[in-house]
Amino acid sequence: MSTTGQGKGWDVLESQDRARFEQLVLPHLDAAFNLSRWLLRSRTDAEDVAQEALLRAFRFFRGFNGGDARAWLLQIVRNTCYTWLEKNRQVELMTEFDEDLHQQSSATPEALAIAGDNRERLARALETLPVRFREVIILRELEGCSYKEIAAIISVPIGTVMSALARARQRLQRALTQPAEQEASHEL
Amino acid sequence: MSCDFSGTLLHAYLDGELDAMRAAEFERHLETCRECTATLGAAESLRSSLQRAQLYETAPIGLRNELRKKLRSELKGSTAGANGSTITAWRWLAVAASLLLITGVAWFAVPHFRPEAPQSSVTSTEIIDAHIRSLQAGHLTDVASTDQHTVKPWFDGKLEFIPPVHDFMDEGFPLIGGRLDVLGERNVAALVYGRRKHFVNVFVWPTKEPDTPIHPPGSRQGYQWVHWRHKGMEFCAVSDVSAPDLQELARLIIQSESPSVSLLK
Repeated sequence: MSTTGQGKGWDVLESQDRARFEQLVLPHLDAAFNLSRWLLRSRTDAEDVAQEALLRAFRFFRGFNGGDARAWLLQIVRNTCYTWLEKNRQVELMTEFDEDLHQQSSATPEALAIAGDNRERLARALETLPVRFREVIILRELEGCSYKEIAAIISVPIGTVMSALARARQRLQRALTQPAEQEASHEL
Repeated sequence: MSCDFSGTLLHAYLDGELDAMRAAEFERHLETCRECTATLGAAESLRSSLQRAQLYETAPIGLRNELRKKLRSELKGSTAGANGSTITAWRWLAVAASLLLITGVAWFAVPHFRPEAPQSSVTSTEIIDAHIRSLQAGHLTDVASTDQHTVKPWFDGKLEFIPPVHDFMDEGFPLIGGRLDVLGERNVAALVYGRRKHFVNVFVWPTKEPDTPIHPPGSRQGYQWVHWRHKGMEFCAVSDVSAPDLQELARLIIQSESPSVSLLK
């Protein structure tokens, strides 16, 4: 058959691609999963979405021109997460992003340290943040990305990364030191 | 909140994203601003809580295996749609390219930086990283010589500029050698000086900015740095030696470039 030869050519090309993909991109699966887990606040959903994102990344892989594979992958992961949230939990994306900054957290470092020592409480506080604040905290504090990488991943200028981080940290501090019911009413 | 710095600039400092000059500037500000000191304390405490809590969640083992399997079957299914995916890939490339452009432009146009201060675009983290990297075995010098007449010509043809090279053995800063390095995506000359048993890296690259005096030193992770511009060159000296030592070396470098002295050398 004449098509068999052509098919084999593709196979060779694509298995080379796959090897490169497995070498460059697959090692960042943990980063992909961790970001999905915190954006979606669920391990089960994160498994599905991280998998979908990696398969998408593989389809786009020829467009990857070298460089920072982690940032490249995380950008796709983030987009896939947002698409998923739009479809399944649209309300979460509508949370107001611009919120009053002038309400400074009055918490002392000591009070923060005590509240922050409880992993559950810290995780809950993180999950109460709007997704756009949550993502910069995850990328900076858990993933250790630079501002430049974060800017590329979430597609905003570096100045916006800086101010988003400033606000996110303030909100997280407040969420940590405020009683739960107050935080709930604040979210309204 | 009254202090302009306690917003974004403080966080850029906390994250090591300020350039050397601004980081040092911010540290001086910290000495007198109680609000920033408190805000920084709280932000640092939050950071260490986040790190201690080990919130990072790794992928389940099954996911990796399943992905490998799917990638193989993806190959078989994708041959027919190969054209489509190439187009998408190109579209992505275009998106990525425009993103890069935006990020690049934004980096120079960040509104939170005070515009009157010139941007040196090399962060303190980059400088300290480069210094630490150089201390690893075999990385310190590409050309090891205490002779300035060997080190200086070595740079010729390797960079688009020739850095000023002088030995200060008599003043207690013997020249050890030089190497090429990369700072903030630009090629720079690195001159290595000794100070007792320590090393000082002096990074040099050309600039169009006017001269600036030796800036008060900044410090982070036990390393100090000073920054200055002189005659179209930008300098950053970094080391674990004391800040006064660094300032002395900086003065020596500037003096050696002024005409009357360079005739003697």
